[in-house]
Amino acid sequence: MAQLGTVYNLFFRRNYAMLATVFTTAFAWEMLYDNTMNKVWDNINKGRQWKDIRQKYIQGADDE
Amino acid sequence: MFARSGLRSTQRVFAGARNGAINVTKRAASTSSGAEASPVRLNIAAAASTAVAIGSIAWYYHLYGPTAHAMTPAEEGLHATKYPWVHQQWFKTFDHQALRRGFQVYREVCAACHSLQRVPYRAFVGTILTVDEAKAMAEENEYDTEPNDQGEIEKRPGKLSDYLPAPYKNDEAARFANNGALPPDLSLMVKARHGGCDYIFSLLTGYPDEPPAGAQVGAGLNFNPYFPGTGIAMARVLYDDLVDYEDGTRASTSQMAKDVTEFLNWAAEPEMDDRKRTGLKVLVVTSILFAATVWVKRYKWAYLKSRKIAYAPPKDANVQHRQ
Repeated sequence: MAQLGTVYNLFFRRNYAMLATVFTTAFAWEMLYDNTMNKVWDNINKGRQWKDIRQKYIQGADDE
Repeated sequence: MFARSGLRSTQRVFAGARNGAINVTKRAASTSSGAEASPVRLNIAAAASTAVAIGSIAWYYHLYGPTAHAMTPAEEGLHATKYPWVHQQWFKTFDHQALRRGFQVYREVCAACHSLQRVPYRAFVGTILTVDEAKAMAEENEYDTEPNDQGEIEKRPGKLSDYLPAPYKNDEAARFANNGALPPDLSLMVKARHGGCDYIFSLLTGYPDEPPAGAQVGAGLNFNPYFPGTGIAMARVLYDDLVDYEDGTRASTSQMAKDVTEFLNWAAEPEMDDRKRTGLKVLVVTSILFAATVWVKRYKWAYLKSRKIAYAPPKDANVQHRQ
C-alpha cells in the first residue's frame, strides 16, 4: 500500500502530473501496441508484402 | 322432385353466402322441421368455401409468389464459381509477387484494348515496382504539357504523378477499333461486377473451345457462359505460356488469370493492405475492451445477482393495531 501511495502522490495527486501521465502513457501505449501489432501482421503475411520481395528488384536496379 | 329440391338447396347456399345472418335463422327453422335437414347443403357450402379459399391463395401466389426475373438465365450469365482467394481473407494482404506478375499480364495483354485510367504510376512505387522501374515506365509515354508562352501545348515524357495512358484516344476510337464494342476501363472492374474476382477469373478462363450446340452467337461475338447474355466481343486472350514471367512462374492460363485478377483487385482497392492491418488492430483492442466491460458488469452486479431477499414478518407484539 505504501508503494501505491507513492504512485498516487507522484502521478495522480496534482492535476498537471495527472495530465502528463495520461499523455505519456497514451503515447507509449500507442507506440508499443502499433509496433507489436505490425510485427504480428508481418508475421501473418510473411512473404506476401512488397518489403519481403523488394530486395530482389532493388539489387537488380543497382547493377545497372 | 328430388332434382328441384336439390336445385333449391344450391340456391339457398348462394343466398346464404350473400347474407348469412338471415339464413342461419332460416336454416335453424328448416332444420327443426326435419325434412330438408340434409348434410348435402353443408357439404356443398364447405366445398365451395374451400374452393374459394384455395382459389384465392392460388391467385395470391400467382400475383406475388414467384420471384420475377427480368432476364432469362442466359441473359444473367452463369454464376461464377467461388474461389478461395487468399488475399480476400480477413487478415491477408495481397501477394505482391502475384501483383507484379498480374501487372505484367495487364501490360502485355490487357493493355492492348483496356485502359486503367484511374491508376497513377506513383501507386506502383512501393507496392509493385521500385521507384526507378516506375519512373522508367512512366517516361515511355508522352503527356501534354501546360501551355507555354505562345499558348502551344507540347509533349513531355511522363512522370510518376501521371496516370496510365489509355490505348485509345477516346471511347469512339475504342469502339471503332473493336467492331463497335467498348472495352471497359479496368480500374474498378473488380468492384463493378457481381462476383468480383470470381467473375473476372471465370470469364477469363471460361471460354469453351466452341459454343455449345444450339447457342446463338452473334456476328463478331464470342461465346462465354459467364458473360451476361453469353455473347462477348472479347475473344479468349489468355493461352498457356503467352507471357514470360520474370520470376520463373509457369504462365498457364489459370495462373495468368489469377494473377491479373489479383492485380485488378489491387487496382480497385489499393488501400486494402492498410485497411486490413488497421482492422486487425481495431478488432484486437475492441475485443479486449469488450471483455473488460463484461467483467466490470459482472463485478458490479455480483452482489445483486447473489443476494437473497427474505421477509421477516413482524411479531404480533410489535404490531400497533388501530384502536
